[in-house]
Amino acid sequence: MLDGRSMIRRRAGLRLWLSAGWLALLCLAALLAPWVAPKDPLAQDLFLGRLPPFWVAGAEPGYWLGTDSLGRDVLSRIIHGARVALMVALIAGTITCLIGATLGLLAGFLRGWVDMAISRLIDIWMAFPPVLFSILLIAVLGPGLISIIIAIVVIDWTRFARVVRAEAMAQGAMDYVASARVAGRGRIGTMIREILPNVLPTIVVLLTLEMGIAVIVEAILSFVNLSISTDDPTWGGMIAEGRTSIHQAWWVLVFPLITLFLTVLSFSQLGEGLKDRFDPVLR
Amino acid sequence: MTFLSIRNLSVRLKKGPPLLRRVSLDVAAGEVRGLVGESGAGKSMIGKAVLGILPPSVEVTGGEILLDGTDLLRLPPAERRRRIGATCALIPQDPLTALNPSHRIGPQITDRLVDILGWTRADATARARDLLAEVQIPDPDRVLRAYPHELSGGMRQRILIASAFAAEPKLIVADEPTTALDVTVQKQILKLIAGMQARHGTALLFVTHDLGVVSKVCQRLSVLYSGMVVEDSSVTDFFAAPRHAYSAALLAATPKYTDPAAGLLPVPDAVIDAVRAEVAAHDRGAA
Repeated sequence: MLDGRSMIRRRAGLRLWLSAGWLALLCLAALLAPWVAPKDPLAQDLFLGRLPPFWVAGAEPGYWLGTDSLGRDVLSRIIHGARVALMVALIAGTITCLIGATLGLLAGFLRGWVDMAISRLIDIWMAFPPVLFSILLIAVLGPGLISIIIAIVVIDWTRFARVVRAEAMAQGAMDYVASARVAGRGRIGTMIREILPNVLPTIVVLLTLEMGIAVIVEAILSFVNLSISTDDPTWGGMIAEGRTSIHQAWWVLVFPLITLFLTVLSFSQLGEGLKDRFDPVLR
Repeated sequence: MTFLSIRNLSVRLKKGPPLLRRVSLDVAAGEVRGLVGESGAGKSMIGKAVLGILPPSVEVTGGEILLDGTDLLRLPPAERRRRIGATCALIPQDPLTALNPSHRIGPQITDRLVDILGWTRADATARARDLLAEVQIPDPDRVLRAYPHELSGGMRQRILIASAFAAEPKLIVADEPTTALDVTVQKQILKLIAGMQARHGTALLFVTHDLGVVSKVCQRLSVLYSGMVVEDSSVTDFFAAPRHAYSAALLAATPKYTDPAAGLLPVPDAVIDAVRAEVAAHDRGAA
């Protein structure tokens, strides 16, 4: 008989709404940056340098979050910085996920020499210190958006591969996989139809985490001046510049930092919230 | 007529100890054979070897598995899988892990009929509905749309039984189908399997460690010890007078509800020593 278990309806939850809301707002800001940003993010005006945010005495109307030492509007730069951050998050996160999850699935389900080869590769890969590895990669590839994305993919695919491999291995030992094999499904068919749907919730969580990590990595690389050209505003670049004038103009550092923090937090909470919602069995 | 014939099948852990030692047994069409033995005796391994789902850490080192006269071990993998899929099915041990939690029940029964055996979707769904009714599931249409986690363990085992019979296989391997279930449900499930088997005329390889189950369901049985068949006889003969000392001890070890004061009788050490010596002699005979 169908029992109470079928009656459970899970609500989307506050954290899913809050995190999705913040990310949606950010996406809109990034897409519409030229129209919604109150000022030109690159326009300098040395007479308007280090203006405080609007609630502090001495603020100038129209410069909501103040200006940096060159007189550039902080809010407009944050809005334009969202473009780079989200682009890196989406593109690098997705590619990393596709490569890592595919390799992990193959290793975990096919086992044997495939697993041996992929697992050894992961072990060797993870022995490299990631920050040095990425700086080295950017140095070789040259700074730029593509280089950052490549660096993130090259460094972080192992995160997906390891987790998905373990999960696929656990699922592969289940009786339903044996039944599918007895019924005559091939190995790849079984992997895609039986294993993948059960690993998917894990992959989604990892993907959102990875997007947050990608935003951080981009910020770190901007901070050490290895990101895209210094003309385009990036959150990491703003934090680096703000650091030098923290005692005179804290807002130049603090607002991009808060944005970064909220974004990374939202990505991870979005993943958790989606998992709760779409996992058929709460594991 | 013999449908499944296993001849001198040997299986071992890769670079490890043997798990099956030249096992031979026959299952006639429509016959129910029990495989009994203690844990690790290799009873499940036989079923897995027949169905081609041995774990990757295990290898077949010799012997034949003749399914309807064709040696499965000599067929190319794709052909072997096709043949097994068309004529055999599995009733797994644990109903909680034997249904894919991500798919609804309906597709889990019908997909193999459609994708692998080429049925139309409508035929397969009608068939699934009939089978669910046959295993006494109320409201089959609703169950077909349910996810496994919405159903109880007994329900899931009924679904798995229905699913095993879906393509009218010639042979079903039932791998301890009642072990994971509640005692009150066990009896119903056993009756169900026996009834389905009789109606459909399917041969059954029934793996169990419960001699009481064997006496209710099976016609013949093989007793295994350490991967060797120590006795192969009809169920009537076995329960009247087991021929092998180990089988006799195993039978004596079964708890008796009629005489609770007797307590639990372990298999005597002398019997274990004797059967171990026999296994060693069996291995020498092979070399």
